[in-house]
Amino acid sequence: MSEKLEAEILEILENDAKTAPEDIAAMTGAAEEEVRAAVDKLENNKVIVKYIAIINREKTNAEEAEALIEVKVVPTRGLGYDDLAERIYKFSEVKSVYLMSGTYDLAVIVHAQSMKQISQFVFEKLAVLDGVSSTVTHFIMRKYKEQGVIFTEKKEAERLVVSP
Amino acid sequence: MNPQDLVSKRVRDVPPSGIRKFFDIASEMKDCISLGVGEPDFDTPWNIREAAIYALESGRTHYTSNHGSTDLRREIQKYLDLRFGLKYDLNQVVVTVGASEALDLAFRAVMDPGDEVLVPSPSYVSYMPGVSFAGGTPVPMKLKESEAFRLTPQSVKNAVTPRTKAIVVPFPNNPTGAIMTREDYEKIAPLIIEHDLLVITDEVYCELTYGHEHCSIASLPGMQRRTIVINGFSKAFAMTGFRLGYAAGPKELIDAMVKIHQYSMLCASVFSQDAGVEALRYEYSHGFAQVKKMVAEYDRRRKLMYSSLNDMGLTCFEPLGAFYIFPNISRTGLDAETFCKRLLFEKKVAVVPGSAFGDGMENYIRCSYASSLENLKEALKRIKSFIEELK
Repeated sequence: MSEKLEAEILEILENDAKTAPEDIAAMTGAAEEEVRAAVDKLENNKVIVKYIAIINREKTNAEEAEALIEVKVVPTRGLGYDDLAERIYKFSEVKSVYLMSGTYDLAVIVHAQSMKQISQFVFEKLAVLDGVSSTVTHFIMRKYKEQGVIFTEKKEAERLVVSP
Repeated sequence: MNPQDLVSKRVRDVPPSGIRKFFDIASEMKDCISLGVGEPDFDTPWNIREAAIYALESGRTHYTSNHGSTDLRREIQKYLDLRFGLKYDLNQVVVTVGASEALDLAFRAVMDPGDEVLVPSPSYVSYMPGVSFAGGTPVPMKLKESEAFRLTPQSVKNAVTPRTKAIVVPFPNNPTGAIMTREDYEKIAPLIIEHDLLVITDEVYCELTYGHEHCSIASLPGMQRRTIVINGFSKAFAMTGFRLGYAAGPKELIDAMVKIHQYSMLCASVFSQDAGVEALRYEYSHGFAQVKKMVAEYDRRRKLMYSSLNDMGLTCFEPLGAFYIFPNISRTGLDAETFCKRLLFEKKVAVVPGSAFGDGMENYIRCSYASSLENLKEALKRIKSFIEELK
């Protein structure tokens, strides 16, 4: 299986995870079977971890809230960054956790049904953890672009229907 | 006085564009998917648009030198050297309003009545009329599908006469998607030198090649001094509406072109020129990443079109450049015009008849794949059902 094909498949699926294997085959010039095998391999090796939908929450009726929380931690022997991160990411409200350079250590993205729930999570679960020295909670007010996709309605560029 | 009689014979004698007819019908039609578009579907990258906005904000709204801004000519000079090994002085470059103006200037700068210009057939719709408007006589060189629509020594020999002054070399090609490799050029270069021809090469699709690096004919030994290289920003940077192109060549010829340009156009729009500087500088500093990404996307669509069209029985040779594919429709028993009209009315898919690009191309249609994958897939589905209903 060529690495080039794998890279191509990743690029295509990252852009549209619903692209059918037969279409990928046509787009890459590889055989359909070859594409299916490559995708299987990428899935088995956890290179492709999961296929998810990107949702514009402003268009749903559900009550939801999201926040980015800056967390400063004091790592100690036996309780390092990885251990603390694990204790945080296991909470189901937590969507993402990143170790950061700069003025704080962990960026934690939390998703819940309301701001109240998020606040509760912060003061009941997160801030009180051993090793967490401080938190700053930023609620996300509007998303303009997510995973490379722009949410604001875009007018299709006008092109002549037929041109030389 | 009848205004009709005022139109010059030169203009009257040039037939109207074969594309125009289709445009008029297709643009009236709702839910029509167009594979008839000769420009990228990508938006101009934001950094380029932002540079144009900044140029306007900072009052860059005056004329530049007739040759074009020094900054832009420096970047073009660097580009031609970096990409194709072509070295030019700054005064050997003129910035124009699209590659189209550069072509027009080249024809007008060299044509005298009776001069003949060899033009590949099929090719872009403007070459033949451009030569005629300039007072020259265009002479078609018939290209063949069996030769992958490349220029061959025989196609040149068949058309050259003692009155031939120049040859138009447009690769990667619109409408066929054909390219020319260095080896292909090596075969025709001796003929060009033997007949002492000027080469006018339109390389506007040079960044859009698949699996082959573009070769400029000017980079062959002895060719640069007899070649006007024409290029532009429209296709590589999705900047069609900016109208920005250029020509590079022997100083005497560029001087002649600038003479016409200064009395007609003066200069290309200055904020477009600033945008062009950004386009090239950004690509140098990012290893042409933005262009490569676009090319990779076109390449996927190209493969999809190529395999799907062949599968449904519209055989086509494999295009290796630009964003067109040129299927042979002879198996359908329809001529190109009928095929295109029926496809448009019955399935609402617009493609362009090959006959718009040259005589004897009634067995071909041009499909552009400068359209989203979604559109292409739907269009292919409709073409397939159209063909099946013909059987």
